[in-house]
Amino acid sequence: MATTATIRPHVEPQPPAIGGNHNLTTVTETISRLSLDPKAHGKPWMITFGLGTLGVLLFLYTVTYLIWMGPGIWGLNIPTAWGFAIINFVWWIGIGHAGTLISAILLLVHQRWRTSINRFAEAMTIFAVMCAGIFPLLHTGRPWLAYWLYPFPNNFAMWPQFRSPLAWDVFAVSTYFTVSLVFWYVGLIPDFATLRDVAKNKLQKRIYGALSLGWTGSAFNWRRYEKVYLILAGISTPLVFSVHSIVSFDFAVSIVPLWHATIFPPFFVIGAIYSGFAMVLVLGIPMRKWYKLEDFITDWHLDCSAKVMLASGMMVSFGYLCEVWFAWYSHSAVEWESTVLRVWSGPYAWSYWALIACNFVIPQVLWIKKMRYNMTVLFLISIVVLIGMWFERYVIVITLTREYLPSMWARYAPTHHDWFIYIGTFGIFFSLFALFVRFVPVISITEMRELLPKHAGGQDGHAIAEGPP
Amino acid sequence: MSSTNNETKVYGMLAEYDNADALIAGIKKAKEAGYTKLDGYSPYAVSGIADALGFIKSEMATVMLCGGICGAICGFLMQYYTNAVDYPFNIGGKPYNSWPMFIPVTYEPGILTTCLAGVFGLLALCGLPKLYNPLFNVPAFERSTIDRFFLFVQANDEKFDLQATREFLLTLNPLSVAEVPE
Repeated sequence: MATTATIRPHVEPQPPAIGGNHNLTTVTETISRLSLDPKAHGKPWMITFGLGTLGVLLFLYTVTYLIWMGPGIWGLNIPTAWGFAIINFVWWIGIGHAGTLISAILLLVHQRWRTSINRFAEAMTIFAVMCAGIFPLLHTGRPWLAYWLYPFPNNFAMWPQFRSPLAWDVFAVSTYFTVSLVFWYVGLIPDFATLRDVAKNKLQKRIYGALSLGWTGSAFNWRRYEKVYLILAGISTPLVFSVHSIVSFDFAVSIVPLWHATIFPPFFVIGAIYSGFAMVLVLGIPMRKWYKLEDFITDWHLDCSAKVMLASGMMVSFGYLCEVWFAWYSHSAVEWESTVLRVWSGPYAWSYWALIACNFVIPQVLWIKKMRYNMTVLFLISIVVLIGMWFERYVIVITLTREYLPSMWARYAPTHHDWFIYIGTFGIFFSLFALFVRFVPVISITEMRELLPKHAGGQDGHAIAEGPP
Repeated sequence: MSSTNNETKVYGMLAEYDNADALIAGIKKAKEAGYTKLDGYSPYAVSGIADALGFIKSEMATVMLCGGICGAICGFLMQYYTNAVDYPFNIGGKPYNSWPMFIPVTYEPGILTTCLAGVFGLLALCGLPKLYNPLFNVPAFERSTIDRFFLFVQANDEKFDLQATREFLLTLNPLSVAEVPE
């Protein structure tokens, strides 16, 4: 008689997702203190917020000048009509995608380590999408007419042209922003209720009370809440893929050499996740140190993030290989010529090698466990990856400098105004992030409670993806 | 204490626990005793509480599905009307109703309305925003969002009786029992 043997993969036991000796009360106190007590925020917060505000001022100055003068102050021209605006748009929105990946996809696949990093990763998503949206808005040249992008009855009797990926992009990005914001807020409602009840100060009680919408934690409400949260995670997952696929269609549906490639959607999506995880680490490593959150964002969390980063980095690198292979195997003279220019003999070949160094060579260090547990190394590699992913979009956009005919050849260089706006969006991002850390629980208090072991009052994991319907 | 409160209207009665299992056991006993208008409050979602209350399946999936289908249909019709009916515009000889190109903007509004239906449906079904709730009159209830679990019996339950319910709740081994003034 044949016996049916189940072969189980070797699974290493997971380290606890919460370090230290916590229970319901201490989890609440540790996290809510950051939102309620101004003394919890010292010099690092002031510096982050201060520098962020300076960036915002730089941004406001440049945008005022831009609106006054027009996009001619940028380095754009024909043939390179996209330049920094699209590089930075794709870069920022890509960073945003890791937030959704962590909060939605990792929830669906039962990854316990998502819980303490999902809240700030979602905040990162929202702020990054805001920064991203600024670029196409300004690139329209007349941002005050940006509502023309939407279909609305008008006296020209004209409508958007829905066969264009640029029209899809408007819907994709605005949907993405709305869904991310709603997902974030829904997650925050029970936490705001906690802050309402923990706060001693009357003003804080009122504000958090209003934000919590009167949440009480009734079992009926929790059941509905969990269902909504689960479905939101379910729909955010294809959403995040669709958004960056559509962003890649902006390029791939054109007939520009090296853009017109079927590999673009997966290549863009995985690149987005790569840069997003790098940003999660750039934000998470200093935050957990400054606020002493090592019990919640443990080394294991950062190790897992680093592994995802390494894996997605390898996939992105495979994409680079494919691009060259496709160009060679297609026997298309213009594709191959463009590849040679990009990789070797063109004026911007240095940027291709900067990209390879940042995205492929340097992150190989992450194979070594010791390096994944060394916070300084991990932080620096994350910054390198962010730079590398910026170069990836630069390399793609710079292809515009050489098109089919020599009459379409020209150089492209950003002006200082291009840089000012880019730096300005960092100011927006970091000042918003500082405000988020100051006023909103940076870690989901409710979900951390669930994660606590049974004897400490928790449920030893999430019911959300495992419970009955 | 309860006799002095006879004139003020009573909203219900709360029993406090310090863990979910005790609350679930309490709910089960209260159901056996014939109480029907019960609720359980917990600082995080515990599926056993809703199960014990008999609220096994929420309505949210249906609400969100309907929202999503409406959004997707509207998204497609919008494109069909604008690009094929009201302003037909020949681009590269492609058909006016080039439906494969309309998929992304059918999909995105579908997702958007699924999400909005979910959130507004959630708020509507939970009766939120509700900034005043009689339960907030009980000081101990503040800990329901921190580390305590509460069993609540509504005053409009047929079996509700100030004295009898209090005595019954005390048999369920709570940390405390409190009357909720309206």
